Amino acid sequence: MPILGYIAKRGLQAIFVVVAVTLFISFAIRLTGDPAVMMRESANVTPEDLERVREGLGLNRPFLVQYWDFLSGLVTGDLGASFFRGPIAPLVSDALGATVLLALTSLVVSLIISIPLGVYAARHRGSVSDQIIRLLSLTGLSFPNFWLGIVLILIFSVSLRWLPASDFRSPASLIMPAVTIGVILTATNLRIVRTTMLDTLNQQFIMVARAKGLSERSVIYKHALRNSSIALVTYLGLQFGSLMGGLVVVELVFNWPGMGTLAVEAIAQRDYPILQTVISFLAIMIVAVNLLVDLVYMALDPRIRLE
Amino acid sequence: MTETRETGGGGTRPLLTVRDLSVQVATEAGAKTVLDRLSFDLTGGETLALAGESGSGKSMTALAIMGLLPKPMARVSGGAIKLGETDLTAMDERGYRKIRSARVAMIFQEPMTSLNPLMTVERQLIEVLLEHEVCRRSEAPKQALRLLKDVRLTEPERRLKQYPHELSGGMRQRVMIAIALACDPEILIADEPTTALDVTVQAEILDLIRTLQAEHGTAVLMITHDMGVVAEMADRVIVLRHGRQEEAAPVRELFAAPQTDYARTLLAAVPRLGSAPARPQAEARKKIVEVDDLSVRFDITGGILNRTIARVHAVENVSFHIRERETLALVGESGCGKSTIGKALLGLVPWDGSIRVDGVQTRGRSRAMMHPVLRDIQMVFQDPGASMDARMTVGEQVIEPMRVHGLARGSELQDRAEWLFKRVGLSPDMLSRYPHEFSGGQRQRVCIARALSLSPKVIVADESVSALDVSVQAQVLDLLQELQEEDGLSYLFISHDMAVIDRVADRVMVMRLGQVMEEGPRDAVLRDPQHPYTKRLLAAVPVPDPTRSRPAMPDAAGIEEASPIFPVGQSPQRIALHDLRQGHRVARVAATTP
Repeated sequence: MPILGYIAKRGLQAIFVVVAVTLFISFAIRLTGDPAVMMRESANVTPEDLERVREGLGLNRPFLVQYWDFLSGLVTGDLGASFFRGPIAPLVSDALGATVLLALTSLVVSLIISIPLGVYAARHRGSVSDQIIRLLSLTGLSFPNFWLGIVLILIFSVSLRWLPASDFRSPASLIMPAVTIGVILTATNLRIVRTTMLDTLNQQFIMVARAKGLSERSVIYKHALRNSSIALVTYLGLQFGSLMGGLVVVELVFNWPGMGTLAVEAIAQRDYPILQTVISFLAIMIVAVNLLVDLVYMALDPRIRLE
Repeated sequence: MTETRETGGGGTRPLLTVRDLSVQVATEAGAKTVLDRLSFDLTGGETLALAGESGSGKSMTALAIMGLLPKPMARVSGGAIKLGETDLTAMDERGYRKIRSARVAMIFQEPMTSLNPLMTVERQLIEVLLEHEVCRRSEAPKQALRLLKDVRLTEPERRLKQYPHELSGGMRQRVMIAIALACDPEILIADEPTTALDVTVQAEILDLIRTLQAEHGTAVLMITHDMGVVAEMADRVIVLRHGRQEEAAPVRELFAAPQTDYARTLLAAVPRLGSAPARPQAEARKKIVEVDDLSVRFDITGGILNRTIARVHAVENVSFHIRERETLALVGESGCGKSTIGKALLGLVPWDGSIRVDGVQTRGRSRAMMHPVLRDIQMVFQDPGASMDARMTVGEQVIEPMRVHGLARGSELQDRAEWLFKRVGLSPDMLSRYPHEFSGGQRQRVCIARALSLSPKVIVADESVSALDVSVQAQVLDLLQELQEEDGLSYLFISHDMAVIDRVADRVMVMRLGQVMEEGPRDAVLRDPQHPYTKRLLAAVPVPDPTRSRPAMPDAAGIEEASPIFPVGQSPQRIALHDLRQGHRVARVAATTP
C-alpha cells in the first residue's frame, strides 16, 4: 500500500506540473504577437484575409478553449497542423526520436566511462591516476559545448574527412554530437561518482563487508556502488533539464534533426503551433524523467518506500 | 566464574599469538606509531579485554588482526600476528579473505551503520554463508533463519525479510553477531559492541555474547573503554595507553590491586553506583525552574496531501521544579523524551504547558522574546566538537553571546573571556585557537565557558560528559560541581548513565516514553527504586567489580514494548504518580499494563 500511495502521489504531482507548465507555455507564446500578422510575409493582405487566417487557426476563440484543445491534443496525439509544414504529429515524433536517440547514447556512453573511472579515482584517492582523472574531468567541464562541436567538425570532417559534419544520414553521424554532449556529462558524472563513492567507502558497512571476507569486487560493486548510485540518480534527474538545453545547441551545430532544430526552425518561421508543441514535449520529458528518477530511487532505497 | 577465569590462557595452546605488534599511521608530520610492540596470546573459550581511552590503539589492534587497517594511511610496521600456525602479517589479500569471518570475525561499535541499508537482513547473512561455502545456496535461507534464532531475535522469520532501518539498535547488533558467527569462527573481535546501545540492551547483548561463547567455545577479544564491561566480560585484561601496554593481568587481580599508576587512576575515575557522597539538602531554597504539565508533540505527515496522520508524543504532561544550587537529573533510555525537555526549556522546540525560569513565564514567546530568558538558562551539549563553529576561534565563540546580549564591549569582552577560561581551567592564551586544536575534554570546557559567559542561573547539561573518556569525564564533572558550589548554579543534568547521575544529582527523575516513571531524592530513587523500570535500568548497569556475580535481570513483564507514536486524536494513557514519602513519587505499575 505505501508503495502504491507513493507512486500515486508522485504521479499526481507530475500531472499537476505538466498542466501548469503547458498552460504557461501557451500563454507566453501568445504574448509574442498575433501569428496571423506574423504570417503575412508579403504585402497585399487585406484585413479580411487576416480574419480568415485567424478563423482558420481558431485564434479568435477564447484562450482557455484554445488551451483545452491543445491539451486534449497532447493526450490524444492529434496535435493539429503547422502553419507551413502540414500535420505536426509526424514532425514531432521524428524529431523526438532523433533527440531521444542522441540523449540516450550520450548518457549511456557517459555512464559507461564515468562510473568505472569515478570508482577507480575514489579507491585510489590522492594517487597520480586520481589526479589525472580529476584534471581530465575539469578540462571536460571547461569546454563550452558549441565550441567543442565546432572544433570536432573542423578536425574530423573538414581536415580528416572521417565523419559527416551534419545531418543524420548514418550511424557515423551520431558519433560527434554524442561525444560533444557526452564529454560534459561524463565530466560531471565522474565527479559525482567519485565524491559519493568516497563518502560511501568511509561508511561502517563497507568495513563490515570487508570483514565478511568478500572480494573487493563484491565490496565495491555490490555494497558501495548501489549506495552511491542513489546520489547519482538524483543528480541525473536534476541535470536532465540542462542536458536538454545543451542538446538544442548541439543539434543546431550538427544540424541534427531533433527537437532543438525543429524548435529553432519554428521560431524563425514564426510557426507557433510547432513551437508550442515542441516546448511542451521537452517540458513533459523533463517531468517524466524526474518521475522516473523518483521511482528508481524507490526501487534502490527501501527507506524511501516507508515515507 | 568458572575455573578458567582465574588461570587465564596459561594451559592450552593459543589460537592467536600477537608478538611485538606495531602499527604506524601516516600524518602530515610523518609516520606516527599508534601501537607500540604489543604482545598477547588468546586461547579458545577465553575473553581478553583490551581496555583504554581514546587514542590508546585498541581499535587499531583489532583492525591489524583483521588485516583491515585503512590503506594507505596505516600499516603494520613490525611484529607478527599468528593464527595457529598461519602468519597473518605475511598473508596476501586473497588469503586474508579466507580468514575473515571464517576464522576471525568482528563486530563493530555502531550497529546503526554496520549493516548495508539497501539489503535485507537475509541477503546480508546469506552473503557471508556463501562466500565461505558454509552451506549450499539452496540451504542458505534455512541456515540464515537458524542463525537469527541463535542470537535470540524475536520473530526471526519476519526479520529475515526486513531492512536494517526497520530494526532497533539492539536488534541490529544481534544481526551483526549472527553475521559474525555465521561461519563459526575461532575468534570473535568485539570492538565496543555495546557502547552505542541503551544500558538494558547492553546487558542483553553482553549476556548473549557470553552465552554464545560458552556454546561455541569461541575466543573473544573484547575492546572497550568501559571498565564495567571489562569486569563483567573479561578473563584477562590488557590496559593500553597511547599505543603501549600499561598493564596486563587477570581481571580480578587488576581490579583488586592495579600495579601501574595509570591503571590505578583509570579505575579510580570510573563512576560507581552507590559510592557518591551525600549531597546537601536543597529543601528551602528558591525554585529557579518550574515546569507544569509540559507536553511536546511532533507531527508526522503523510498521505497524498501531506496532512498530519500521527504524532510523536515525545513529552507528555511532565511537571517538575529545580531549586537554586540544585541538580535535577533526567534519566532514561533513548527516545524517552529527556533531551526534548531540555530543548523545551530553551524554547528550541514548540511545546504546551507552563515553563517558568526564575519566575518568568516563557510560554508563547517568540525567539526574540526568549532572549532575556536565555541569559538565565544555557545549554551544554553532548558533542563538544559538533556544537562549536570550526572556523571561528574559541575566544570569538565565548565572546559572541556576551556581545549579542550587550553585556560588555571592547576590551571588557576580552577580559571577561580570559576570566571565563581561567574559571573552566583553560589558559587564557588559548583563546585565539580554533576548536580542532583542543582535545575533547578541553572542548567541553570551552562549551562550558561559553554557557557561563551570560552568568546564567541554570545550565541544561545534555549528555555533556557522555562522549568523554572516564578520566576526562571525572574532571569535567568536578568542574561542574565546583561551579555550582561557587556560583550557586542549578543544573538539569540529562544522561543515560546511572553511575554519572549517582555522582551529580540531588534529585532524579526516571522517564520512559515521555512520561515520568519515578522521581525523588537521589538516594531514594537509586538506592531504593520502586518502579520495575527503574529497577531494570539499575540492574543493567555493568558494575566495575569482577568478584560480584551477576544478578539476573529483573523480569521485563509489565514493561511492554511500546511506542510514543499515536494517531491524531489519540493520546497515551496518562500515568499517575503516587507519593511514597518525602518527594519520592512513583508511577502505579498497574497503569503500565492496562
